[in-house]
Amino acid sequence: MGKLTCKRGIHPHDYKEQTKDKAIRKLPAPKLLYFPLQQHIGKPAEPVVKPGDSVLMGQVIADTAGMMTAPVHASVSGIVQDIGQYLHPNGTKQTMIVIENDGLDTPAEPLVHRSLHNMTQDEIIGIIRDAGIVGMGGAGFPTHVKLSPPADKPIDYVIVNGAECEPYLTSDHRVMVEMPDDIIKGLSVLMHLFPKASAHIAVEDNKPDAIEALTRAAEEQAGIRVETLKTKYPQGSEKQLISAVTGREVPSGGLPMDVGCLVLNIDTVLSIAKAVLEGKPLYERVVTVSGHAVCEPGNFLVRMGTPFSHIVEAAGGVLEPLGKILMGGPMMGTACYSLDVPVVKGTSALLLMTAEEANTGKESPCIRCGRCVSACPIGLRPLFLNAYIQKENWELCHKENIRDCIECGSCSYVCPAKRHLVQSIRLGKDCMKRAGKF
Amino acid sequence: MKKSQVMISSSPHIRSKHTTSHIMRDVLIALVPACFCAILFFGIRALCLMLVSVSACICFEFLWQKLTGQSVRIKDGSAAVTGLLLALNLPPTAPWWMTIIGAFVAIIITKELFGGIGSNFMNPALAGRVFLSVSWPLLMSGFTEPFSGGLFGATDVISSATPLAILKSGEDLTRLPALSQMFFGNIAGCIGETSALALLLGGLYLIGRRVISVRIPLAYLGSVALLTWFFGKPGMDPATAVFYQLFSGGLMLGAFFMATDYVTSPVTPFGQILMGIGCGLLTFFIRRFGGYAEGVSYAILLMNVVTPLIDTWCHEKPYGHKKNA
Repeated sequence: MGKLTCKRGIHPHDYKEQTKDKAIRKLPAPKLLYFPLQQHIGKPAEPVVKPGDSVLMGQVIADTAGMMTAPVHASVSGIVQDIGQYLHPNGTKQTMIVIENDGLDTPAEPLVHRSLHNMTQDEIIGIIRDAGIVGMGGAGFPTHVKLSPPADKPIDYVIVNGAECEPYLTSDHRVMVEMPDDIIKGLSVLMHLFPKASAHIAVEDNKPDAIEALTRAAEEQAGIRVETLKTKYPQGSEKQLISAVTGREVPSGGLPMDVGCLVLNIDTVLSIAKAVLEGKPLYERVVTVSGHAVCEPGNFLVRMGTPFSHIVEAAGGVLEPLGKILMGGPMMGTACYSLDVPVVKGTSALLLMTAEEANTGKESPCIRCGRCVSACPIGLRPLFLNAYIQKENWELCHKENIRDCIECGSCSYVCPAKRHLVQSIRLGKDCMKRAGKF
Repeated sequence: MKKSQVMISSSPHIRSKHTTSHIMRDVLIALVPACFCAILFFGIRALCLMLVSVSACICFEFLWQKLTGQSVRIKDGSAAVTGLLLALNLPPTAPWWMTIIGAFVAIIITKELFGGIGSNFMNPALAGRVFLSVSWPLLMSGFTEPFSGGLFGATDVISSATPLAILKSGEDLTRLPALSQMFFGNIAGCIGETSALALLLGGLYLIGRRVISVRIPLAYLGSVALLTWFFGKPGMDPATAVFYQLFSGGLMLGAFFMATDYVTSPVTPFGQILMGIGCGLLTFFIRRFGGYAEGVSYAILLMNVVTPLIDTWCHEKPYGHKKNA
């Protein structure tokens, strides 16, 4: 069978060789940790501790009632030092709980061994909610919501997203190589929730060792298919992955469940396995530390709330001159202006780039070469959108389907005139939202 | 600790190394075989034409951008490409002053007045050529026998009719050069148009480097070939007629280097095929039924003008908009 793939897309140099063979190292927790109350899409959690309280590792420190929310857990044991405004990786100040680590890692609850057989679906989804699991690819959509589709939307495909198509990132790759059994266990939890769906793990062909490890691990569990995808960006985007694996297309403005699909990130599935089968809430994650301005790139198992500066120290420090600090991949990640921000649930990577690496070139006029058109995975025409946005012609933006843009950045990447295509589309969407045109 | 200054920007944070000047450089490289043939067949006159045309185009662009207070962009190489293409579209006897006027029309009138690179609605080099052909039709048809001027222009040139003119007049087909001559290019014609082989090599280079896609040239050449096969002039074996048509006039240069001009051709794959077919149809009709032997320039210019329309019509439905998805 041929390798699966989605339409169009790009092939950037992936720089994964920096870290793809570096085993995951457990990073010792720092003295002070910072926990934002909102690490997910939806309603922010509210603190359930106050300064001076002692907390245990894995204890809930913030939560709130409601569906579209997720609790936050302490990743160390220690004392709540402050609840105040601190800098978030996205550049804004947000309410965070600061915990002083006592270094003992006293767990709130001992780990358990649960078996799926005597658990109901509601119980499992309740555990996932209480463990604070959200989409860990960066979007932060509460996982228990994703796992509770309405009855009229049957799920036919459960797809574990191991594409990891962003350059530099290798955290998912290492998890698949080192913990394939946990991924299979996590997927079996999902199969238990959706017994009628077929189960797929989709991995790009630039990770043959991961495909091999998963295939071997999957032998234990009937009904899991490890799918090999042609390496391409942005194949790890939900819509692109669905069309690569199933041939279905999520309708414009719709959700994966509208076409019977459920897509979960590798880290998310790993967290589901740990939460459901071992009773461990989400308080640590694997983070790739890479880029050409870091001394010793690697993959680290990091406690939530750890400041970036602590991770950089563990990675041997900064190679000057530092040009850019990124949370997440270089295609869709966020540029940060300080290392004094914490790891959150959506932090898949911390990239330190040299000024040269991060040089995006000077914008020049569009020469209509059409490279953005051949790159756009959605089939939009970014050059026209860019022109219409500059003229503030929202009517034509609408006609060019601006709202379907997934902001993957492929158009900007390929543009020989170095135009800020996706940036202008973001701006255009925002302006249209404000003007009530959406 | 001294904090380094870090950049903040919207994603993506990496860009391909490919720039507009790389594309222009590739086009110039792709034209090297054609330039070589031009000098080989038409001697030093051809080289002078190229030098005059390229420098005039660069100078006009530089002066315009200086005078209008814009940042000077001659380094992007687009003016050089226009200049070279214009020269290749001129007959070997074209006077220098006419070349400079052609460069003025190409750069100032067609390109800069409409907003500079990326905003011209017609191919500048072709607009320059057509302006010259309607203004000085005799000077623009001063075609000569290849090699007749000697490499250094020492001897007098022998004027000659182009194969298309011979085909058009339909009188004495025995005067037509052999097909092999047409392929290698030692025939009368514009300096850069005669060698089908050199232009094919350049075209393949552009396709191999993914500067252009195969759609426009293939649709263009294919439609001219098909139409000639079925509706060509009677009295000639269809296969021979097809190759005479393909190898003559500006068709090869037009199909690979002019119709594929990004700015003036459609951006969607289907639109590009339409562009190629449109050029092919117009070229065939002008050559077959028109009063003018050569049809490529007008065909491409007319298709340039309808490019915005094609772009409006040919819009593939994006992801998630198809029925029964």
